Amino acid sequence: MDEGRPLFQQIAEQIEGAILDGSLAADTQVPSTNELAAFHRINPATAAKGVNQLVTDGILYKKRGIGMFVAQDARRRVLDRRREAFGRDFVEPLLAEARRLGLDAEDVKNLIEKWGEGR
Amino acid sequence: MSAVLVKDLTMRYRGHTALHGVGLELRENTIHGLLGRNGAGKTTLMRILTGQEFESSGQVEVFGDAPRENDAVLRRVCFIRESLKYPSYFKLREALAAARIACDSWDADFAARLVRDFDLPANRQLKKLSRGQLSAVGIVIGLASRAPLTLFDEPYLGLDAVARQIFYDRLLADFAEHPRTIVLSTHLIDEVADLIEHVVLMDGGKVLIDADADDLRGRAVSVSGPADAVAAYADGAAPLHRSQLGGHLRVVLTQRPERPAAGVTVEPLSLQELIVMTTNRGDRT
Repeated sequence: MDEGRPLFQQIAEQIEGAILDGSLAADTQVPSTNELAAFHRINPATAAKGVNQLVTDGILYKKRGIGMFVAQDARRRVLDRRREAFGRDFVEPLLAEARRLGLDAEDVKNLIEKWGEGR
Repeated sequence: MSAVLVKDLTMRYRGHTALHGVGLELRENTIHGLLGRNGAGKTTLMRILTGQEFESSGQVEVFGDAPRENDAVLRRVCFIRESLKYPSYFKLREALAAARIACDSWDADFAARLVRDFDLPANRQLKKLSRGQLSAVGIVIGLASRAPLTLFDEPYLGLDAVARQIFYDRLLADFAEHPRTIVLSTHLIDEVADLIEHVVLMDGGKVLIDADADDLRGRAVSVSGPADAVAAYADGAAPLHRSQLGGHLRVVLTQRPERPAAGVTVEPLSLQELIVMTTNRGDRT
């Protein structure tokens, strides 16, 4: 786990990641908070906070007495949110570094094309 | 309900004051980290909570009652000290039998499993065990007591990294099954940072930080870059720490500023770094 960010947030992001890459499909059960706590070696209350965050966001839903499950439209919700954050999280720092190095937007575009080839 | 409630607690010894008006509330069924440098007052606080010492003034409640000579409270409390002393003829069996008598919630099967996990010799006198093995005996007793309030005071003298990991894993697994209030006093902050839900940092007999671990994580940041850019980003906030190398400045801020970080590098501080910066008075510039 990354020391500098709230653990509950990292737990939520990891579950979101599994939903994005398809390893957690809609309506499948996610690991229990105790399983998450044991796997990541973190406090169960912290794991529960991460899971509950996803319930609040409508990405997971609760079946009483059984556990937490992936919502039908969870993948779309996660995609929407990640795409929204993409500019701030990835493009902005990219352009900031480009400016420091004296590269303009055109240079960056060319670089993207060059590095995107064969992908 | 809170497991521990302390108000304006002061402990005076002849010539010095170990606790200065400490106020504290420890939630039930939570793992608390009690952190601080040697001499901060952690052990004194735990000794008072477990009825081994009587406060000079103030209010102390454990499960709603004063612990002082209160058997009903003390039967629900288990305190594992840094160096537990056992009678010289004691073997592991006797130590576990004594713990069983003292703790209402003792689980003998769990104790037997832990003895195997730590590979402890059952038939050797405890005084002949290594320092690390003796620490493991304390950990076995603390975990198997399942006491509603269990306090570990720097429990791992001589314990190697593998044995410490066994302790953390068993603690988490058993806590998940049997929630209870755990107070873990330790200097190995990096190792326990992910286990503890709540942090109490003591220094000079006072409580400096009383907060949830996850709230602290990422709250404090180290900001570095060209001096003018760092100063602009910090915007007058008093730094916890400041160091300069030529035109390059690094400051540590207790709270990440809301504004965009233009031209500076912002890195979150780990819990251990925050604790060290907060209590390292000799280094404050």
